[in-house]
Amino acid sequence: MMDWIDIGTIADIPRLGARTVETHVGQVAVFRTGDDEVFALINKCPHKNGPLSEGIVMGRKVACPLHNWVIDLNDGTALAPDEGCTTTLPLRDEGGRLLLGLTPAKKVAHG
Amino acid sequence: MNAVSRQRLVVIGNGMAGMRTVEEVLARAPVRYDITVFGAEPHPNYNRIMLSSVLAGEKRIDDIVINPLSWYAENGITLHTGDPVVAIDTAAKTVTAASGLCVAYDKLLLATGSKPLMPPLPGLDLPGVVAFRDIADTDKMLAAAQAKQRAVVIGGGLLGLEAAWGLKRRGMPVALVHLMPTLMERQLDVEAGTLLQRDLSERGLHFFTQAQTERVMGETRAEGLVLADGRTIPADLVVVAIGIRPNIDMGKAADLDINRGILVGDDMATSNPDIYAVGECVEHNGQVFGLVAPIWEQAKVCAARLAGDQIAAYATPALSTRLKITGIDVFSAGKLAAEDDADEEVIFRDASKGVYRKLVVREGKLVGAVMYGDVADGGWYFDLIKGERDIAQSRDHLIFGQGFAEQGCCGGAKAGLDVASMADDSQVCGCNGVSKGAIVKAITEKGLTSLDEVRAHTKASASCGMCTPAVQAILSFVTGADASAPEALCKCTDHGHDHVRHAILDQRLKSMDSVRKALGWKTEDGCAKCRPALNYYLLCAWPGEYVDDYQSRFINERAHANIQKDGTYSVIPRMWGGVTTPDELRAIADVADKFNIPSVKVTGGQRIDLLGVKKEDLPAVWGDLNKAGLVSGHGYAKGLRTVKTCVGSEWCRFGTQDSTGLGIKLEKLMWGSWTPHKVKLAVSGCPRNCAEATIKDIGIICTEAGYDMVIGGNGGIEVRVTDELTRLSTEAEVLEYASAFMQLYREEGHYLERTAPYVERVGMAHIKAHILDDDARRKALYARFLFSQSFAQDDPWAERATGGIDAHEFQPLAVVS
Ligand code: SRM
Ligand SMILES: Cc1cc2nc3c(=O)[nH]c(=O)nc-3n(C[C@H](O)[C@H](O)[C@H](O)COP(=O)(O)OP(=O)(O)OC[C@H]3O[C@@H](n4cnc5c(N)ncnc54)[C@H](O)[C@@H]3O)c2cc1C
Ligand code: SF4
Ligand code: FES
Repeated sequence: MMDWIDIGTIADIPRLGARTVETHVGQVAVFRTGDDEVFALINKCPHKNGPLSEGIVMGRKVACPLHNWVIDLNDGTALAPDEGCTTTLPLRDEGGRLLLGLTPAKKVAHG
Repeated sequence: MNAVSRQRLVVIGNGMAGMRTVEEVLARAPVRYDITVFGAEPHPNYNRIMLSSVLAGEKRIDDIVINPLSWYAENGITLHTGDPVVAIDTAAKTVTAASGLCVAYDKLLLATGSKPLMPPLPGLDLPGVVAFRDIADTDKMLAAAQAKQRAVVIGGGLLGLEAAWGLKRRGMPVALVHLMPTLMERQLDVEAGTLLQRDLSERGLHFFTQAQTERVMGETRAEGLVLADGRTIPADLVVVAIGIRPNIDMGKAADLDINRGILVGDDMATSNPDIYAVGECVEHNGQVFGLVAPIWEQAKVCAARLAGDQIAAYATPALSTRLKITGIDVFSAGKLAAEDDADEEVIFRDASKGVYRKLVVREGKLVGAVMYGDVADGGWYFDLIKGERDIAQSRDHLIFGQGFAEQGCCGGAKAGLDVASMADDSQVCGCNGVSKGAIVKAITEKGLTSLDEVRAHTKASASCGMCTPAVQAILSFVTGADASAPEALCKCTDHGHDHVRHAILDQRLKSMDSVRKALGWKTEDGCAKCRPALNYYLLCAWPGEYVDDYQSRFINERAHANIQKDGTYSVIPRMWGGVTTPDELRAIADVADKFNIPSVKVTGGQRIDLLGVKKEDLPAVWGDLNKAGLVSGHGYAKGLRTVKTCVGSEWCRFGTQDSTGLGIKLEKLMWGSWTPHKVKLAVSGCPRNCAEATIKDIGIICTEAGYDMVIGGNGGIEVRVTDELTRLSTEAEVLEYASAFMQLYREEGHYLERTAPYVERVGMAHIKAHILDDDARRKALYARFLFSQSFAQDDPWAERATGGIDAHEFQPLAVVS
């Protein structure tokens, strides 16, 4: 099962920029491209955990602010020659609201 | 050689054709003639083609002189400028000038060029109406542009468009009136002409096509035009550029055979065997001329004949056209369109990129090409046309250009010129008819290493200059050195930093999108390299107008604090000249406590760094620091960082001047300015130099006599000691000179180039020319710096801590629990 959580609207994110969302799986970076596509990734660079949300967005890619690795927003992979991958999360635009897909936290333990 | 035996050669017309012929004569028969030159204009021979660039502000008159007065002297040529010939006596073999001077000749050369065509319109003789032919005309237009009046240009050909563009560049509102439905109809087909008009309209020119001018309005001076359909166009300057006609006055004076021009044979002799003629004043085989390429050919043949050659014969070469408007690329050669069923047209369009191409093919050969937008392959097509090569093999790919057609692969998009695959006989410089082989030969045989040398030896790129990049590419290819070829700004473009900076100013590009569009960027949004660079270039070019694009700044400049390896930030408040107070120190201490800042450190730049601040705390940290009067130290900025000082005359027993006070003044003047890279200053109170001024971008070393100013130092990765700029006597002078240098660097530096490499690149002579040798230039730089600072000195911390700017930057979008 997946929970779709309303995190705001696309207008809350600067074009060619990103905002962060605090979740139980860690900080998530939500990106908005020049032509208003949105992507969600765990906010950690595969290199040394740099905060990708602070990078420069270009096309469907982001340059990490720490050492300039370039990460593909589509699938989270680092552009060659660098190697590595950041986890992506599903994100839907429904009637102007952005819905982030999260697998529910394991509340069962408290059962 | 005995001087008495020399023959006398008299040249009428001190222009491009005449002097090129003289150069060729000197090369072939250096001692054969005593040469006398008469010129109507009061100037040495200059490159008329470049008047367009002078008008547009890209060149100065000094830059376009081809033969300076010293050249005439060195070659023993007697020159009479500003003294037109008015009579020729062919029986006595003498010419008489306006001054009364009478000179005898053995051979006479007519090179009087052409006159602007003036239609028989009422009012054309009013003041305020000019043609576009010589320096005097250009000066008149520049004077009008200075008064920021309105202009109207009659004529939508090459000359009219270049005049209109130049005036527009000079800040005048410009309208252009053209008789035909599309521009440059003699060189471009309808589609390319339409694209040209669209692009120039976007750049602010107003067009009236299919418009017949009826008269010039005005009683005592020109006030505009009335068109045949009744419309009026108000203007204070009217430029007539509808064409030229050969100047045949001297032909008449010598009783020569004349039709449209002075008739010449293949030997360039007129109907009088002792009189030769070259250039725009002649007519050969029914043809008259208006471009330099055929004229250089005539000069060669005429010189050979004058040197005694009996065989040299002139034939008009194939001609191609280019328009010299920066950023607008147009090329055409041969036929513009299919003329009958035997001709085929192949057309390629990429509307989104503004690229259009048409090839005309006849019997398996290319006979015409029209290109708009991307003209890199123009030279190659021109070669195919001239060579009448069989193109059956590559017919299907031809339209996609050389790279594609010759490799037949799917690579297609090829950037720049492929020197390696160019044939030796392929022509590089159309004006001067210089092939790749000739350039390669000159470079290898004479060991040439610079563009100027190649130009001097081969004349390639010495006329209209459009082939300069190609010549440069060949030079780099042969010498293996890439020194002269500017490096591309990033992978999104082939253009170098300088080109981009000039284009921003020349074309008045004011947004990142328009820069990318005008310069044919290969990516939509640019990349992490070009975005910050363009953002800076626009900010520097249009202070107060361009709105800073935060998304194109590195995180440090966006968050106005320095990101650390763990994603926290460091905060450095300004400590003017390294001086602080107990209150400021208390505020820093309080902030460190309140926000649990793990590390407080004195920096190498005489101030205090708070390290490990969480991003969301930044606005509150700034707010508290602001309250104590502290502002951002820009420890993160490509901008003014620190002004390091020593204690100076206030305390030190050796101090000669108030170095601390001067440092504070400099920092208060310069803080907040954005620059190509970071800038650090220092002021030392005496030559012991405790503030280490000799490894700073700008250093001041106080002496008893005043202030020594040094520049271009760096203490970082590669240590560089400063160069001495000058010695000044007052603090006010220091502020002015330092600001002027700062502004020069701001305007010329490449993004991420510190002053040390900048100074090495442009040279101290260049900097001195701007700052020391020319008071007006220095003061203008100073004024531009102050103007720019009037928009720059807002504390970014205050704007964000209390002003609410960029609030989203510091808060999460959502918290999901
Ligand atoms: C904090 C400080 C070290 C310190 O603890 O003293 C420092 C820290 C950094 N320096 Fe520096 N430099 C500091 C003084 C210097 C100095 C000494 C000086 O300014 O007198 C130099 C040599 C002088 C010079 O610049 O010519 C210096 C030469 C560099 C360089 C090499 C620059 C070069 O042109 O070669 C870099 C790398 C760069 O800028 O690309 C650099 C880059 C950095 C960066 C910005 C690296 C980065 O991007 O993260 C460091 C930021 C740390 C932070 O978050 O604060 N830092 N750095 C100093 C801050 C001074 C200030 O008050 O603003
Ligand atoms: C603004 C502009 C842009 C141009 N752009 C291009 C271009 O991009 N490409 C290109 O190929 N061509 C271009 N041309 C054309 C090119 O400049 C001419 O083809 C070339 O200058 C012709 O050379 P010429 O010597 O025949 O005439 P000119 O260079 O005009 O020289 C003739 C000289 O003779 C003088 N003279 C006339 N009568 C007398 C007399 N009785 N006694 C003494 N002196 C006399 C004139 O004052 C003049 O100085 C351009 C021209 C202009 C005006
Ligand atoms: S020298 Fe400068 S850049 Fe290097 S670790 Fe120290 S502070 Fe950082
Ligand atoms: S942490 Fe992202 S590039 Fe190093």
